[in-house]
Amino acid sequence: MNLAWPLTLGALLFSIGVYGVLARRNAVLVLMSIELMLNAVNVNLVAFSTWIRETIAIGQIFALFVITIAAAEVGIGLAIVLLIFRNRETINIDEIDLLKW
Amino acid sequence: MILAATGPEIAFWGFAVVAGIAGFFVVGSRNVVHAALYLVGVLGSVGAIYIVLGAEFVGWVQILIYVGAIVVLLLFGIMLTKAPIGGVALDNNQRPVAFIVAATTFGGLTWIIWRTFGGTRIRLSPTRTAQIGNSLFTHFVLPFEAVSVLLLAALVGAIVLARRD
Repeated sequence: MNLAWPLTLGALLFSIGVYGVLARRNAVLVLMSIELMLNAVNVNLVAFSTWIRETIAIGQIFALFVITIAAAEVGIGLAIVLLIFRNRETINIDEIDLLKW
Repeated sequence: MILAATGPEIAFWGFAVVAGIAGFFVVGSRNVVHAALYLVGVLGSVGAIYIVLGAEFVGWVQILIYVGAIVVLLLFGIMLTKAPIGGVALDNNQRPVAFIVAATTFGGLTWIIWRTFGGTRIRLSPTRTAQIGNSLFTHFVLPFEAVSVLLLAALVGAIVLARRD
């Protein structure tokens, strides 16, 4: 298999995630787009791990770490979204402009 | 090139097409719950691609954690925030700019990838779960423990943030 194929898939997923983060205004949908970008990075890590064939599988271990961090991130992120919804009755990120003058 | 495709390559292409199309629907859907369900499609296909690439443990962890936990958490978030499910504008007014940025990112990345790795072949062979475990508990013990402490901190932080008092 050509190494460039999984890398291109990663680039495609990352670009879709970038579009989602920039264009969505619902905070939960922005979190979903961030998950897409993290997945794109994991595809790259696994593909390079298969290419280099190192004995201790560093790429796959780091993909596991990224998955763990993503789980922690989405938990904290949803807690923050919940808190914002409770205080401001909206989770549209263009209406949450307290720090914008 | 297509005629010479092997079984794993065909499987990879199938799952990659599913992941790409479902990804477009994740950011294009007008319904929040549908977007979450398309996200399941993306994450499941990417997990299958990990298995095709030989990373069986990462593939199953992907299915377990992403499809089993993170998507459920996102659905809970949608439910608890009583967000308008559909019918209202889920996108802001910078869609053209976002499209240009995303297209530029994709074009640039693809150009660099094909210039650098266009002719690189990889040989697919599975990495056994025992190998991952050995590596994790010999070379990466400290990061592993640090991640466990981080998960505990995230758990406590999420509870403190979301608690009603």
